[in-house]
Amino acid sequence: MKEEILKLKEEAILEISSIQNLQDLNEKRVKFLGKKGALTALLRGMAELSKEERPIIGTLVNEAKEEIEKAITEKENILQEKEIQEKLNRERLDITIPSTKIRRGSKHPMNLIIEELEDFFVSMGYDVVSGPELETDEYCFERLNIPKGHPARDMQDSFYIDAEHLLRTQTSAVQARAMMKNEDKTPIRIICPGKVYRRDDDATHSHQFGQVEGLVIDENISLADLKGTLELFVKHMLGENSKLRFRPSYFPFTEPSYEIDVSCFKCNGKGCNLCKQTGWIEILGSGMVHPNVLKQNGYDPDKYSGFAFGTGLDRLAMFKFGIPDIRLLYTNDIRFLNQFDRF
Amino acid sequence: MKLSTNFLKDYVDITVDAKTLAEDMTKVGNEYEEVKKLLPATNLTIGKVLECENHPDSDHLHVCKVDIGSEILNIVCGAPNVRKGLKVIVALPGAELPGGITIKKGIIRGQESNGMLCSLEELGLEHKFLPEVDKTGIHELPEDAIIGEEPIKYMGLDDEVIDFELTANRGDLLSILGMAYEVAAIYGKEVKPIDLKYNEEDEKIDDSFSVDVKTENCTIFLAKKIKNVKIMESPDFIKNRLIASGIRPINNVVDISNYVMLEVGQPLHFYDLDKLGNHIVVRMAKDEEKLITLDGVERNLTSSDIVIANDMEAVGLAGVMGGLDTEIDENTKNILIEAAIFEPTKIRQTAKKILRSEASTRYEKGLDSNRTYMAVDRACKLLQDYADAKIVSGIVKYDTTDKEDTKIDITFTNINNLLGMKLSNNEILTVFDKLGFTYVVNENNIQVSVPKRRIDISIKEDLVEEVGRIHGVDNLIGKVPKLSGRPGHLDNKIRAIRNKMISLGLNETLTYILINDKEVKNYTLDEFEEVRLQSPMSEDKNTLRYSMIPSMVKIYEYNNARNNSDISIFEIGKGFYKKQGEYGEELKLSVLMSGTYFKGVGITEKVNFYTIKGIAEEILDYLGYEGRYSFVNNEFAKEFHPGQTAEISVNGDSVGIVGKVHPNILKDVYVMEINLSKLLEKRVGKMKYKEFSKFPGIKKDLAIVVDTNITSKNVEEVIKKAGGALLTKIEIFDIYKGANIGENKKSLAYSLNFEDKTKTLTDEEINKAIENIVCELEKKIGATLRK
Repeated sequence: MKEEILKLKEEAILEISSIQNLQDLNEKRVKFLGKKGALTALLRGMAELSKEERPIIGTLVNEAKEEIEKAITEKENILQEKEIQEKLNRERLDITIPSTKIRRGSKHPMNLIIEELEDFFVSMGYDVVSGPELETDEYCFERLNIPKGHPARDMQDSFYIDAEHLLRTQTSAVQARAMMKNEDKTPIRIICPGKVYRRDDDATHSHQFGQVEGLVIDENISLADLKGTLELFVKHMLGENSKLRFRPSYFPFTEPSYEIDVSCFKCNGKGCNLCKQTGWIEILGSGMVHPNVLKQNGYDPDKYSGFAFGTGLDRLAMFKFGIPDIRLLYTNDIRFLNQFDRF
Repeated sequence: MKLSTNFLKDYVDITVDAKTLAEDMTKVGNEYEEVKKLLPATNLTIGKVLECENHPDSDHLHVCKVDIGSEILNIVCGAPNVRKGLKVIVALPGAELPGGITIKKGIIRGQESNGMLCSLEELGLEHKFLPEVDKTGIHELPEDAIIGEEPIKYMGLDDEVIDFELTANRGDLLSILGMAYEVAAIYGKEVKPIDLKYNEEDEKIDDSFSVDVKTENCTIFLAKKIKNVKIMESPDFIKNRLIASGIRPINNVVDISNYVMLEVGQPLHFYDLDKLGNHIVVRMAKDEEKLITLDGVERNLTSSDIVIANDMEAVGLAGVMGGLDTEIDENTKNILIEAAIFEPTKIRQTAKKILRSEASTRYEKGLDSNRTYMAVDRACKLLQDYADAKIVSGIVKYDTTDKEDTKIDITFTNINNLLGMKLSNNEILTVFDKLGFTYVVNENNIQVSVPKRRIDISIKEDLVEEVGRIHGVDNLIGKVPKLSGRPGHLDNKIRAIRNKMISLGLNETLTYILINDKEVKNYTLDEFEEVRLQSPMSEDKNTLRYSMIPSMVKIYEYNNARNNSDISIFEIGKGFYKKQGEYGEELKLSVLMSGTYFKGVGITEKVNFYTIKGIAEEILDYLGYEGRYSFVNNEFAKEFHPGQTAEISVNGDSVGIVGKVHPNILKDVYVMEINLSKLLEKRVGKMKYKEFSKFPGIKKDLAIVVDTNITSKNVEEVIKKAGGALLTKIEIFDIYKGANIGENKKSLAYSLNFEDKTKTLTDEEINKAIENIVCELEKKIGATLRK
């Protein structure tokens, strides 16, 4: 019997060692260790053994069982590992195949500019306000010291709806609205980005364009405040190296009035196509709020002074993103829009 | 305003070149567009044609020998007027002519040609200014022209012209004198006096002429009588300066009226006195009154136009243009000079309606009545000198104007406070000196006397501007207003919506609000009156849009035509309307989707109705309207697919529309529009934590069969009600139609989630709930369980 056991054990271990897959291994498990397996059959024969032999053979059987089990487990681990490896190999992907495209979406460059300048001015304590685009003559012109028949009305050829209504030609219309709305006539600090409309359409002008207006009214506001504010603004939008030049000009709602040139950011003021060899690019209109405008909108010009400025957003967007033609901003070609999709 | 620098030099000495002058003027607020030589040709000389033979191989060319002093050149010339003995302008080899032409030595049809004989047009003179002979041939210099000299200088056309784009307030700069004062202020120079000396006859105008001003729109009217003028060509200096200023010379008398206007800024009108009569009335025109103006056009007038009339009829449109009937012609002997000032806004109106002229441009900006007198005197002086005129003594005048200086009280502190500078009193007063303003200083106070020529200056701030302008603000140190003590405010809802739309993968667009009136009522059944422009630029942009969908569709078509596929776009913008006589505008969110929404290898999601409906839900949920909106059937505009369109309703109020564009218009394109003004007015609760169950939920699937006309919403409502508080989620996951479930039937499969916050649910409890749901479904909508 002892020989039989040892033989069986050796036979089992030999057979297990040559097994190549888990299914065959299972068959061996049944063959040697199963209820109807060889070892069980041997155990059944133990009944015929003497009392003395029984524990010895029992031990031998158990040892054999353990060894066979161990061999199976070891084999099983190896085979399982092999199977996992094979599975992983089968699952190997061509990682160079393009991904499933999730649409990214994009903001219009005009709104990228608006959001940037809104954040800048909010950080300086300005409120962002808005007003109607279909404006009244009163707010667009009369309350800004541009009475009917004023030659300055020619500076802005307007789209009239009727005698009293028009598409606003300037976000300055919101100036008067902000002043009138503020019944306590307390200091004001606002910007108003938005669309404006003029009867003008060519390669460099669009009949609809973006503008941002800024207005500060407080005690002791001076041209120096205007200059400092615009310096910060321009440096923020167009780069730290930007320089400003104040050029006297005329707007009916400011006195004194200045047009602001910024040093050309393409050539740093050396002269190039963008700045028409002048080294400067005109970007802002500004000035100290005209006392008539303060008066007309309920502010005492002896107590308060203020500054106002306005700039075209289309040009700012064009400068910032290197867009060569203003019409691209309004054509909405997907190949254009898709370019403004990142941080 | 084209400034002839030669003309300017009559009144102020300038040492800088034209380009520097233009730059310096720009620095004080007078922007220039261009500086150029009147005739930009180079390397020219005066020559004399010694010989002129017909070209052997041409029927129109001539072979000439031209003496240029230093040598005799062989030149082939095609001009019909070239002839022996003629003094001509010779462009030498190397000469550069306008239009990028460089003259080279060459052979023309076998004949040597070492230069070119030129017309003034070839030197750069605009066609309209050419003397008759130059229109068909080369320029003929006078017999006494000196061979070898520079011809442009010889002709007095060596002028440099600065084209200024002046601001609307500086009407004073529309004159050489005004420019002279400005230039003098920049460089600290004196303005030279104008020569107004002439002799008058004994005859007095009072005896023979009268003026009646019958409208307050004329504030000054001067009439001066001139006799025995000789009409002829103007002297060169007058012609050249008119040309440099952009005005075509006509004859000496007409030219003098224009010359004086350019010089002093006051428009003049000369009438042929013999055609005019002896009495003038200034009045408002009658409605429907007619007048043929100098340009031969009959003008229809209205009672808002000012006219000059004689005893019979209107003879001039005041401030704009004279009448043809009293025009100066070659036979004119006696003239009447009119110098007047009219109400600027009236002139502006008339000019805008009828015609903009050099005169009206000046009237519109306002004039100094001191100059009105000056202009008359200057015209008399020039007419006497250059038209042999006899000046009748005296002047008929009507004058209500104030000619005194404007007195403005200001303090040194005012100036420094507004500029934010620390200028010394002396620096400030120097500016006033330079501008020619007088002043009286009393400690901190200054009373400044501003001459009437600067009608743009009337208040303190105007003087501050002058100080800033002339002194310059380059050294001004910038600062920022001190903080107001509260943070800036931004209503960030719009930005949140924009960010959300982008996160959903849509491209933001920017379109024009002006569209064609034919499209304004498309994609909507809303009742409103469209808002039209009074005078649109084009048919295509004559109306303000109401819905943005037509604009979005246009973008789709544009991109589709360029094979740009998978268009999914949005825009936040305004729609406009008129309702009950009131104009209004509303903020809208418009979306268009087409093609695939996302795609990869083996996976592609095509946009369909449910995709764009999902976008609508996403934005509504994001804005806090979850559970408050529904999609409902309705009648829709003909541009929509009637079976794939829904109204978006929030608490029963329509806030938008989502649907498929009618397949007859576009294939597989979906659009949506939400009225944000309306939506954002509704209050939403704040984002707040809600407790969730600690016990696991249990999912059960339920498939039922219902009639096809039963909507998913009908089923969900029944399930929700029957499921009670334990039922926390209902999701439809399958719809099936097929013969095996019967005609006009469909199967809907739902996944239901049951949860209790206090315990784990038992099978028994859930089965009871399901039983109840099935029972209710059967009772309410005739549903059966799908076997």
